Amino acid sequence: MQRILILFAHPAFEKSRVHRRLAAEVERLPGATFHDLYEQYPDFDVDVGREQGLLVEHDLIVLQHPVFWYSVPPLLKQWFDLVLQHGWAYGSEGTALAGKRVLPALSTGGRKEAYRHGGHNRFTLRELLAPIEQTFVLCGMEYLPPFVIHGAHGMGAPEIERHARAYRKLLEALSGGRLDLVAARRLPQIEAPLDDLIRPAGGNDAERSEP
Amino acid sequence: MHGGGFFYQALIYLAAAVVTVPIAKRLGLGSVLGYLLAGVAIGPFALGLVGAEGQDVLHFAEFGVVLMLFLIGLELEPSRVWHLRGPILGLGGLQVGLTTCVLAAIALGLGVDWRVALAVGVTLALSSTAIVLQTLDEKGLLATRGGQSSFAVLLFQDIAVIPILALMPLLAVPGAGGRGAEPGHDDTWVAGLPGWAETLVVLAAVLVIILAGRFLLQPVFRVIARTGLRELFTATALLLVIATAVLMTKVGVSPALGTFLAGVVLARSEYRHELESDIEPFKGLLLGLFFMAIGAGIDFALIARSPGLVFALTGALIVAKLLVLLVLGRLFKLGFDQTLLFGFSLAQAGEFAFVLLSFAVRYDVVGENLAATLIAVVALTMAATPVLMLLNERLVQPRFGTRERTEREADEIDEQSPVIIAGFGSFGAIVGRLLRANRVTATVLDLDSDRVDLLRKLGLKVFYGDASRHDLLHAAGAGKARLLVLALDRVEKNLELVETAKKHFPQLTILARARSRAEAYELLEAGVEHVFRDKLDSSLRLGVEALRLLGFRAHQAHRAAQTFRSHDEKAVRELATMRHDHTLYLSTARERIEGLEALLRGDLADSGEMRDAGWDPESLRQEYGARKADEPK
Repeated sequence: MQRILILFAHPAFEKSRVHRRLAAEVERLPGATFHDLYEQYPDFDVDVGREQGLLVEHDLIVLQHPVFWYSVPPLLKQWFDLVLQHGWAYGSEGTALAGKRVLPALSTGGRKEAYRHGGHNRFTLRELLAPIEQTFVLCGMEYLPPFVIHGAHGMGAPEIERHARAYRKLLEALSGGRLDLVAARRLPQIEAPLDDLIRPAGGNDAERSEP
Repeated sequence: MHGGGFFYQALIYLAAAVVTVPIAKRLGLGSVLGYLLAGVAIGPFALGLVGAEGQDVLHFAEFGVVLMLFLIGLELEPSRVWHLRGPILGLGGLQVGLTTCVLAAIALGLGVDWRVALAVGVTLALSSTAIVLQTLDEKGLLATRGGQSSFAVLLFQDIAVIPILALMPLLAVPGAGGRGAEPGHDDTWVAGLPGWAETLVVLAAVLVIILAGRFLLQPVFRVIARTGLRELFTATALLLVIATAVLMTKVGVSPALGTFLAGVVLARSEYRHELESDIEPFKGLLLGLFFMAIGAGIDFALIARSPGLVFALTGALIVAKLLVLLVLGRLFKLGFDQTLLFGFSLAQAGEFAFVLLSFAVRYDVVGENLAATLIAVVALTMAATPVLMLLNERLVQPRFGTRERTEREADEIDEQSPVIIAGFGSFGAIVGRLLRANRVTATVLDLDSDRVDLLRKLGLKVFYGDASRHDLLHAAGAGKARLLVLALDRVEKNLELVETAKKHFPQLTILARARSRAEAYELLEAGVEHVFRDKLDSSLRLGVEALRLLGFRAHQAHRAAQTFRSHDEKAVRELATMRHDHTLYLSTARERIEGLEALLRGDLADSGEMRDAGWDPESLRQEYGARKADEPK
């Protein structure tokens, strides 16, 4: 059973439709800790010790946030700066995070077609987020292909619902070791539906041991 | 056996109430029935502890009804009363008119003279303000549509008493020869005046009440409040009600109606909550006394003599009134459950019947025997009301249809402020303004009458009163609010309030301002989680500015202040637990201060507590500085 830490960063959560739905879906997921950064540190005064403690306690770190200016919201960047300390997260002695996995869970306002060479945004999303990817690779972690919801601005309620369920299924599968990681690693990004990636429950399933 | 002076009387009544009412409440019967039963128990037909003087007590206790109407007026803003004008005139007028006709017709059918039938009909058409409103209020049903309709009808009946009193002498059976006007009526200033002049005098009195409420009472209350003597404020409040009642009696109008008007005029005053909590206990005691006097006054001897007749009349009266009310409820499009509530509430005869019957006897409209029987019937219907409402609630309502109540309740909470701010000095005012700018309404209580006056002139909803009083907090809606902000100037008051709020309103989350570290300790010790030292933020901001002026980078100074604050908040909470141990306190305090300074100087770079190490390239320089420039940062 993989313990999941969801680092959630949204500066205007109350105005969000997609993330409100996503958050509601995974907030009380068994085995997962939902950590709302803007709620905890509205003044950007990140408690480094506490955050490092949380990272140590979990195996999979989910970065759930909207993509702002092809990057993370500013508090999450501040969190990177302060929490991923040299000598702790990276550097010759920094091995606290080695072997853990990172899964970005992102929404973009623009549609998928915009994120390609020759498209409106000129690069793929994976390319644009290379600095984030490299940050975690430097910390010795495995960066999984991001789970992406494109076109959030114009999305209707039924479609949001579909993505939210897929998000939950993805985290459940990761937590129970049912995600086909070999297949997933070959993808540039993960999107709903995920049927090909998730093995059915049963077999060698860690969740079965739960009461 | 009875007699024995005031204290003996008080002993009997109070003891009866204290013993009976809690039992009745526990059994789910409501306080009104409890008081009535207590009255029966001490009355001449059971224990015999009180006797004929019970009638005087009844007369005295009727003042409780006057106080109750004043309090109800305080809760109703003039616009609300105007909103109710339709139900008051339409529903009230039809109820009195139709019920009078139906009851008179029944009386005629029983072979009574038409004049007597009409007098009896109109007398019994009126319901009991005291019992109905007290019971509805206790059950929290006053704000429902059925409750509001009942209230409107009762208000109309209060007005209708005036013409009914005037009508009585006209119904006197010719030749029998009245025994002259009621002495009480002679006392009024309008006795002997022609009708139009009487109307003018009444209108003038009403105008006096409105003008006095608007322009005279505010400054008077302010002066009284400034003395800081609480009992003087209570005395003034009582004086106000009694003066209004006397004035109204003098012009021949129901005193309850007059004080209701006074209440409405004062409904928007900043002293509203204070008045409410001052008058409330008097109202409660007097109403209790009133109900006990009714119970004691039930003439069981008469009932025992002709039980068949009395109970038949009682049943017929209730059924007739109930049917008329149910028809009217449907006519005015009340929901089914609300119609039932409305009907069962008002199906009794009221205390006005006692007055009107004695009046009718005096004018020989009604014979003494008939009057005695009817008084017993009236008392029985009053005693039956709480039982009927209980039956309606437990047996009738659950069987039928929809409940409107839940829907209405949300409405009610809507009007209620979720926040109470105690103390509206510069501190509380900023809190209040921030909330208001975010469309959160707050009920504000403040003890400085000058400030209250000023703030109200600025258009803020501020009330005068000592927020540490439980009754006042209750009047301000502490039972339904979510947050209580303590921003009083005096330390002891804050603590007192914490204690009161924790005891009576455990659902409230308390946010407290502490004016010093010592006060913060006390508040933390009293169990308040959210404690804010009012000087911490401004002094830190000043410190940041000082550092900047000395050449520090703004962000560095800002981060230092953030670190200082979070460290200090932790230290205060830690030290609060050990402040009674002087040595331990001092040594820990010294340790924390040194720790913070070391942290800010950067001496603790390796301790893991260093908060901004991520921005500090020192360790990177050490590791990569010697090598070539392939470093990641």
